Amino acid sequence: MSQSVESIQKQQHMTDRQQQLEELKSIVDESIREAKKLGATGCDADISKSNGFSVTTRMGDVETIEHDRNQGLGVTVYFGQRKGNASSSDLNPASIRETVAAACAIARHATEDPFAGLPEPEFMATEIPDLDLCHPWPIELQQAIDTALNCEHAALEFDSTINNSEGATLSTHTGIQVVGNSHGFLEGYWTSRHSVSCCVIGEKQGSMQRDYWYTVAREQSGLDHAEAVGQEAARRTLRRLGSRSLTPRECPVLFVPEVARSLIGNFIGAISGGSLYRKNTFLLDSLGTSVFPDFMHIHQQPHQLKALGSAPFDAEGVATRTHDIVKGGIVENYVLGSYSARKLGLQTTGNAGGTYNLIVEPGQQDFQQLLNTMDTGLIVTELIGHGLNMMTGDYSRGAAGLWVENGRIVHPVEEITIAGNLKNIFNSIVTVGNDVHRDSNIQTGSVLVENMVIAGN
Amino acid sequence: MVDTSLLATAEQTILTPADIQQSDINRLIAELCATQVDAADIYFQNTRHESWSLEDGIVKEGSFNIEQGAGVRAISGEKTGFAYTDELNLNALLEAAHSARAIARSGQNQVHKVSSEMTPESLYNSSDPIQSLETDRKIELLKRIDRETRALDPRIEQVMVSLSGVHESVVIATHEGMICGDIRPLVRLNVSVIIEQNGRRESGGFGGGGRTDYRYFLDQDRAMDYAREALRQADIAMQAEPAPAGSMTVVLGSGWPGILLHEAIGHGLEGDFNRKGTSAFSGRLGETVASPLCTIVDDGTLKDRRGSLNIDDEGTPTECTVLIENGQLKDYMQDTMNARLMGMRPTGNGRRESYSHRPMPRMTNTYMLPGESAPEEIINSVKSGIYAQNFGGGQVDITSGKFVFTANEAYLIENGKITCPVKGATLIGNGPDVLTRVSMVGNDMQLDSGVGTCGKEGQSVPVGVGQPTLKIDALTVGGTQV
Repeated sequence: MSQSVESIQKQQHMTDRQQQLEELKSIVDESIREAKKLGATGCDADISKSNGFSVTTRMGDVETIEHDRNQGLGVTVYFGQRKGNASSSDLNPASIRETVAAACAIARHATEDPFAGLPEPEFMATEIPDLDLCHPWPIELQQAIDTALNCEHAALEFDSTINNSEGATLSTHTGIQVVGNSHGFLEGYWTSRHSVSCCVIGEKQGSMQRDYWYTVAREQSGLDHAEAVGQEAARRTLRRLGSRSLTPRECPVLFVPEVARSLIGNFIGAISGGSLYRKNTFLLDSLGTSVFPDFMHIHQQPHQLKALGSAPFDAEGVATRTHDIVKGGIVENYVLGSYSARKLGLQTTGNAGGTYNLIVEPGQQDFQQLLNTMDTGLIVTELIGHGLNMMTGDYSRGAAGLWVENGRIVHPVEEITIAGNLKNIFNSIVTVGNDVHRDSNIQTGSVLVENMVIAGN
Repeated sequence: MVDTSLLATAEQTILTPADIQQSDINRLIAELCATQVDAADIYFQNTRHESWSLEDGIVKEGSFNIEQGAGVRAISGEKTGFAYTDELNLNALLEAAHSARAIARSGQNQVHKVSSEMTPESLYNSSDPIQSLETDRKIELLKRIDRETRALDPRIEQVMVSLSGVHESVVIATHEGMICGDIRPLVRLNVSVIIEQNGRRESGGFGGGGRTDYRYFLDQDRAMDYAREALRQADIAMQAEPAPAGSMTVVLGSGWPGILLHEAIGHGLEGDFNRKGTSAFSGRLGETVASPLCTIVDDGTLKDRRGSLNIDDEGTPTECTVLIENGQLKDYMQDTMNARLMGMRPTGNGRRESYSHRPMPRMTNTYMLPGESAPEEIINSVKSGIYAQNFGGGQVDITSGKFVFTANEAYLIENGKITCPVKGATLIGNGPDVLTRVSMVGNDMQLDSGVGTCGKEGQSVPVGVGQPTLKIDALTVGGTQV
């Protein structure tokens, strides 16, 4: 009985969602018509809207309840080769007209740019796969509070040295993206995103450390248990207590998956259209060249069902593609939108707005085997600061982690920097672990780098 | 001298077009206070933002954005209920108020009658910076910077210029019956260049701005000063050798290197972290946390500065708060909630990115007062170390106190002389220790040029920093030469 009630409710929600999608499509369509009426030769418009709430508990009590309702319309118009942009958080008809008019006014003042324009019509997504990205979580406020309380409680109870907290947060949101342009493209899709996170503080000999953990998924059932998240946050805080610095040295460095992601992110930044056509990258003209050792493969899989980075089309409505970005260490594809592609004399790779599920192919070794391979060196568990020169690849970041000798963790480390040049760092990757952490748009195991320079005192 | 015209103008911009009356605000506040709350407020905001950018010698694009809405907050003890709406109508606002007040138990508060608050004379001109230049003149300015910069050096490959202006109006109404308003202009211009020489490419960038209008960049041709400075930095980078690695004496230049203060101690002195006991500075008021040469303030009252505000986002007038005086920790930066919970005084540091974000204690303009040493004397006193003059961003872990900031222009100091430029490197230290190692403070205090943006819990706000030349006896430099 309850089953059928649920399925009826589910159908009702689907119909409501379909209806909202149609409403937003008609606003996008109206914006494009308005732009044409004002003389635009091309127009691209998008709406995103999201709805949800988050609850934070701290030290066993509710701290904040936030209700979120975001919406925004963005319009790009072209008058021949001249381009203008405008956006607004107000979707009423008068505001939409004003927004389109503002974009047109800007385009009239912009300079002709031979590369400006919509994506070529043949690249627009024609089939929109249902990627199963929207699973609203029908959670009541009180239930959300209880979940956050349980998460934080598990962390605070984990060990007596955990004595303070930044709190635990449950957040649940659903959203909708609609993209349209004057080629006649007009599509949209729903997504959802739920997360539970926790950050706690431990104290030992008068000195405090904090760390956090989280789980995030499109679907509630994809989340780890709140208690497990709390316990992991506590475990991570505990392992940092008693940290000390290291004297300057050169040694191997093992980046744990959550940190290894940033190395892969740096690589993607360096082969992205904007960096390439501005020549602001250390990987200029790297297409078809070897950047990593030959065992490294990085694929993009935008159509994985329920995955965090999935999308049927990119920010311009171009079909997203499953393809290799790195194969056998060689750069197979840049990361391009239509503008940067034209600037480079290439074709868009359907990456306007970023990458969609990057998978670094895992190796054979688990974490302990990686430690054995490293023997003596540094595990990096956190990076802070922004010390990357994209132009030269020079890399120098603040770090915290664990010192390893003979494959065993000896003590936690803080107040050090790790430095090198990303070109060398990429090239000297020894192996990638099989300890893949999936809660991200970039999925990788730990990455072991042969040698970096550590500074500390 | 007092001024209520800011409120009147802000009301005309936001409330009048939405047909929201004084009586509606009274009703909303009454609804928020229909449960047992300690405090409640409504923040109405209208922001108009434009930007123009040039690269490859052409003004490729411009954008214009309007954001408008209201955030509604109810506070009970340490609990905050928060909701916001982009729709400015009474029903949407009432719905937000009902969501927010659910944080508190049922009960009834005394409701105050709303009265307008007098605000001090404005620190900045309220006129719209976007209208301060004709569009054609903005475009011409960008093109001229490109032309004149390229003429400066044949090695220039690329010049990128961006210009942006914001005109923000806010109206704040609180449970105590206060209603106040502010109108906040903000402009910024940035120039970056890429140069190429013998196959090596390097970049440099510089910018500035403040709570003023676009004519600021034309005065004394500041725009071209930014361009020349960007080119100078790129040229220095072209000559840079690998940086040393390890702990050494570091001399920081005046001005923007003040992000040291922002990261190393500023965040750690924000009220929320200290109330919760999560900061490395928690419970240390009155203690010595810096060398006696150091006096550090957070000052939201500087005329036309990027980090300045007439009133913070809770309606509290900004002030100059002495955080550290002659090395002793004197005060925290507070918003109203954390001040109340800690039994302290709000300091005008309650800020938020927009109506869709909750206020929290944030910095305004944070700087160190000048000392007595001449900058040359400081350099001359160093046998071996580095001199760091320009920085990119920074970050801090307020609990462990560890902070970083990244030098992008630095030099070796050898036997009291600045010698070879070295590549960018991250500097890392411990907030509670670093200022105890300050052994000389220059007489050349300078504020930054107006480019700082601070991020905290996902919220960005404009800030300022400043300092005189400083000598730190030991700080870890993250270079590559062991």
